[in-house]
Amino acid sequence: MKQYRIGSRFYMALIFLFLYAPILLLVVFSFNNANSNVVWQGFSLRWYEELFRDRQVMGAVYNTLLVSVLATAISTVVGTFTAVGLFGMRRRFRDPVLTVNNIPIMNADIVTGVALCIFFVTAIAVWNGMIVDGWNGFVTYLEENFRRTLPRMAEMKMGFTTLLLAHISFDIPYVILNVLPKLRQMDRSLIDAAQDLGCTWMGAFWKVVVPEIKPGIVSGALIAFTMSVDDFVISYFTAGSASTLSIQIYGMVRKRVSPELNAVSTLLFGVVLVLLIIINVRESRQEKRLSARK
Amino acid sequence: MKNKISWLAAPYVIWMALIVVAPIIMVVIYAFTTAQGGITLDNFARMGTYTVIFTRSFQLALVATIICLLLGYPLAYVMAKEGPGFQRIAMVLIMLPMWVNFLLRTYAWMAILENNGILNNFFEAIGLFDLINGIFGTDLTYFRMIRTQGAVVLGMVYNYLPFMVLPIYSVIIKLDHSLLEAARDLGANSALVFRKVIFPLSLPGVLSGVTMVFVPSVSTFAISRMLGGNNQMLLGNLIEQQFLGGAYNPYLGSAIALVMMVIVIVCMVVMNHFGEGEEQAVML
Repeated sequence: MKQYRIGSRFYMALIFLFLYAPILLLVVFSFNNANSNVVWQGFSLRWYEELFRDRQVMGAVYNTLLVSVLATAISTVVGTFTAVGLFGMRRRFRDPVLTVNNIPIMNADIVTGVALCIFFVTAIAVWNGMIVDGWNGFVTYLEENFRRTLPRMAEMKMGFTTLLLAHISFDIPYVILNVLPKLRQMDRSLIDAAQDLGCTWMGAFWKVVVPEIKPGIVSGALIAFTMSVDDFVISYFTAGSASTLSIQIYGMVRKRVSPELNAVSTLLFGVVLVLLIIINVRESRQEKRLSARK
Repeated sequence: MKNKISWLAAPYVIWMALIVVAPIIMVVIYAFTTAQGGITLDNFARMGTYTVIFTRSFQLALVATIICLLLGYPLAYVMAKEGPGFQRIAMVLIMLPMWVNFLLRTYAWMAILENNGILNNFFEAIGLFDLINGIFGTDLTYFRMIRTQGAVVLGMVYNYLPFMVLPIYSVIIKLDHSLLEAARDLGANSALVFRKVIFPLSLPGVLSGVTMVFVPSVSTFAISRMLGGNNQMLLGNLIEQQFLGGAYNPYLGSAIALVMMVIVIVCMVVMNHFGEGEEQAVML
């Protein structure tokens, strides 16, 4: 039995070595004083300096955070209300909606990305052709015949807006899938009780339903945020002129490889590590407090 | 009352029709038309020229999935046997790399596998090349590792291994212990218990793990581009080229994407057939 223990621990250690060695390498070589990922030439922070001076990369980081925060906020709100709506729906209608809801999750990213790409290109062409051209033609007509003018509309193109729409579309399903089970676990009589005690429907929703499903909302929002920050493929096909960190990295890897990338990964890894430690410490403290109460 | 609540879902239903269903319908339409218009099967016929890429994609994805299963199942199994505190740490350790951007993780492998990269330098330092050259009389100075199919498979395994471990682990951890005890009481040794009880019961987890590794592997284009160079093109690279690359042809690209969608649907049908495991996989 003891031998089995040692064997299994050894196996786990090997796998974790496999998983972490490349990441550790990135971290170590981010402090390297040379333009190399292979030869160590002393400690320096030059790649961090260059990273913070690199406008393109910093702009991409800003874009990534902005699109992730916006997409998470919007999808959390929309997803939660939708889940409540689905909860009240008859099974006959709910099941097909949930099936379609699963499509962005199950489908290969590249298919979703390509489909959204075609959709946005077509939608923008229609919009620019009908609405913008029509309006601008009308403005020209006014200018030529009545010497009056109105502001012209700019043509749309793929960019931050399409990127945000794409992110919302793949974030909402995760929120719904996290909130819906919590609604199912909820004791329905609580809502009736609140209403019997004089709450309006909205009051009951905010005071009873939301606190009950809060863990689902939080985990849904967290998953949505990680999906957004981590996404490359769908962003790549829908970002147009905008850029995210992933797109930037892909471009850099194809052209010139710079140890700036090591610095980026080290910083990101550090942030994630700290966040995870905080979450885990808080959770275990809460558990201890709960067990102490018992 | 109840019907009133259900209207809350109405905006999202409209949104889905517009931005989930409509784009897919457009892909289907594009797949069966060309720039000249009219319904044709030309795009599918043209795929014949890319048979090499199709077979390569399937082969590599299949090999990566099998390796993930062979590495991931034992890991999930031994993890589930540990104490709760250990399990929690192990779970965090498995999930943590997934939070590092996968392009950065793949980029790290580029530095390791390069011809003058870390691994080759290491072999040099321990005198492996001298040894081989001494024995076989060759003049080897490095192993060619990057820009090979092996490197692409390695990248897939490295990136998607957690997707295999997590669903299997979550199924094994929920196994009913009384079943194992019953099997043992009836005289089965541990190998037989595993073969007759544990493995069949963990099959839903295995299936969702297989799907969650196979689908991204068969559709990847970044891993093959970074670790496979230009001569290991996969289906994903082919699609990418039709939309954003030099060979702009969204009609052909849509047709290939449609084929990929069919693959995903087949995977889903197989998984639904076995039930259970799927929902947990989705929640991960």
